[in-house]
Amino acid sequence: MLSFVFLQLAPGDFFDEMRLNPQISPEAVARLHREYGLDKPLPVRYFSWLKSAASGDWGTSFAYNAPVAPLIWSRARNTLLLTGLSMLLCWMIALPIGVFSAGERHRWIDHGCSFLTSFLLVTPDLLLALGLLWIALRTHWFPAGGMFSLKSAHAGSVAQCRDLAFHLIAPVAVLVLGGLPVLLRHIRAAMTDALQTPYIRAARSHGIPYSRLLFRHALPAASAPLVSLFGYSLGSLLSTSLLIEVVMNWPGLGPLLLEAILARDVYMVIGTVMFSALFLAGGMFVADVLLFATDPRIRTKDIG
Amino acid sequence: MKMSRIAALLVTALAFLCLTVVFAGFLAPYDVAQQNRKLAFAPPSVIHFADASGRIHLHPSVCALEDRPGAFGEYRENHLNCFPIQYLVRGTPYEVFGVVKSNLHLFGVAPQTKIFLMGTDSYGRDLFSRFLCGGQISLLAGLTATLLSLAVGALLGTLAGYFGGWLDASIMRGAELFLALPWLYFLFAARAFLPLSLSATGAFWLLIAVMSLVGWARPARLIRGVVLSSRERHYVLAARLFGGSDTYIMRRHILPETYSILLTQAVLLIPQYVLAEVTLSFLGLGVAEPTPTWGNMLSTLQKYSVLATYWWMLIPGLLLIPVFCGFVLLANELQPGRKARAA
Repeated sequence: MLSFVFLQLAPGDFFDEMRLNPQISPEAVARLHREYGLDKPLPVRYFSWLKSAASGDWGTSFAYNAPVAPLIWSRARNTLLLTGLSMLLCWMIALPIGVFSAGERHRWIDHGCSFLTSFLLVTPDLLLALGLLWIALRTHWFPAGGMFSLKSAHAGSVAQCRDLAFHLIAPVAVLVLGGLPVLLRHIRAAMTDALQTPYIRAARSHGIPYSRLLFRHALPAASAPLVSLFGYSLGSLLSTSLLIEVVMNWPGLGPLLLEAILARDVYMVIGTVMFSALFLAGGMFVADVLLFATDPRIRTKDIG
Repeated sequence: MKMSRIAALLVTALAFLCLTVVFAGFLAPYDVAQQNRKLAFAPPSVIHFADASGRIHLHPSVCALEDRPGAFGEYRENHLNCFPIQYLVRGTPYEVFGVVKSNLHLFGVAPQTKIFLMGTDSYGRDLFSRFLCGGQISLLAGLTATLLSLAVGALLGTLAGYFGGWLDASIMRGAELFLALPWLYFLFAARAFLPLSLSATGAFWLLIAVMSLVGWARPARLIRGVVLSSRERHYVLAARLFGGSDTYIMRRHILPETYSILLTQAVLLIPQYVLAEVTLSFLGLGVAEPTPTWGNMLSTLQKYSVLATYWWMLIPGLLLIPVFCGFVLLANELQPGRKARAA
């Protein structure tokens, strides 16, 4: 909501460029201006927007001359696909590696991991993306950017899916590599703490196999901070994906938002930011539910 | 705090980086805006220690570039037209700190040829010179934004921790909101309300304001924690007993407790803000051409043709890795209790 006020304070609006165009008469611009309600004072506009937003109408895009919500949704699906897949892969890779590297503390595998994560941590995601694109352009192993190739537009759905998966390689790889180091470090730290507790030592003295000990005994105990990390990592993932989408030409929210900012398409910017906030809130909610499901301490506290 | 040897080494390296960037005008052979349209996208100069006849010289030389016949935009060296690299030459005038004016450059070559240590961009501008001068803006933006957000974070964190109650609650809810939001979306949204086309200085200050607006939350939270614990210390209670005012206690007894956290946070935040500047300028929302920054030097790479053909355009990006590496390692060294945890 704050962004609405800020945005309206910005000098100039979408029709400035139209005014400069000699082919469009000043009267037409003024009429459009009135049609979009831009001549009304700020509070009036804000409340009318708020009212319509509550009923599902997020305003009309100036640039596309269409309602914002469907436009955003068509792009957001692509972003969700990208971020969802990256999130899944990231956790699937990070969990076993993090658990093992905590189990093998100060051995070569642990040192190797920490070296790799340090390197990935200091490499900006932007650079990772550019590097991968460079490899793609040089070797043609995987497509550089875009979502579908031109050929596949008329191909069957199976071929289209394969094409999509092929195009997903580069952006997902960047997002996974970018998110991995933070995740790995947290998992390792949480697991290390869990492994040093007395009950793990007790379980060990009972002769429980080490791998079972790691995954069955220590991991659930270490999961509470990790689940809340899930909510926060979603935010940074969304940010990174915004950048990667622009660099790699992925038709998601990133390019849409950038275009909207450059065109001063007010409702589009607000809509996109609001959507990301909603998505994030959803993620946080899921994290809370997961926390409730995994941690018996919280459950008992609620009941008692 | 006693510094370890590694930390001292890192601090020296980073100080060296800052000096390099400050004296960019002296170290860079050319002016940042000087265009060589006939040498667009020239590759990095090859520095020869041997002349055309194969004799080894201790004094390196650079050969003039000429168009490769039959190929557009490709160059070859003319080995008959080589000039030695000269040191401390007179060239284009520059300013250091906007005060000291000079035209002395560390190195250069005779005007018949050019030396491009990192190649040139689409206008034939020297990337090495642009990288050094771009660092001035990028690093300064990072540093200023860090100071600003730390100041805001320290103020709000101290207030929240010291007074507690509804003030604490409202500040911390705000901080959580800022922490949870995807920072780039937020940066974009905040950038969206600012005028699009700006002078370089205007864009620079707006960039800093926007970045520190986003980043105050984490330091505020950490500092609140420290303040909460130190508020109950005996010497604070004693100071209050003696009639010390709130401002006096905060300034004299509580703020010094937070210095080590502020320092660590500063080292962590600087690379983040430099990266934020790089990202925004890369996308065309930060400082605009022709002023060089590390971000807008990379923005040409958004064109696939440039990325695929001219690999040296990636060098400024690759050089960011050791810079960030220095900051992150230093932050690791400074982290309190690091030794205790490692043991």
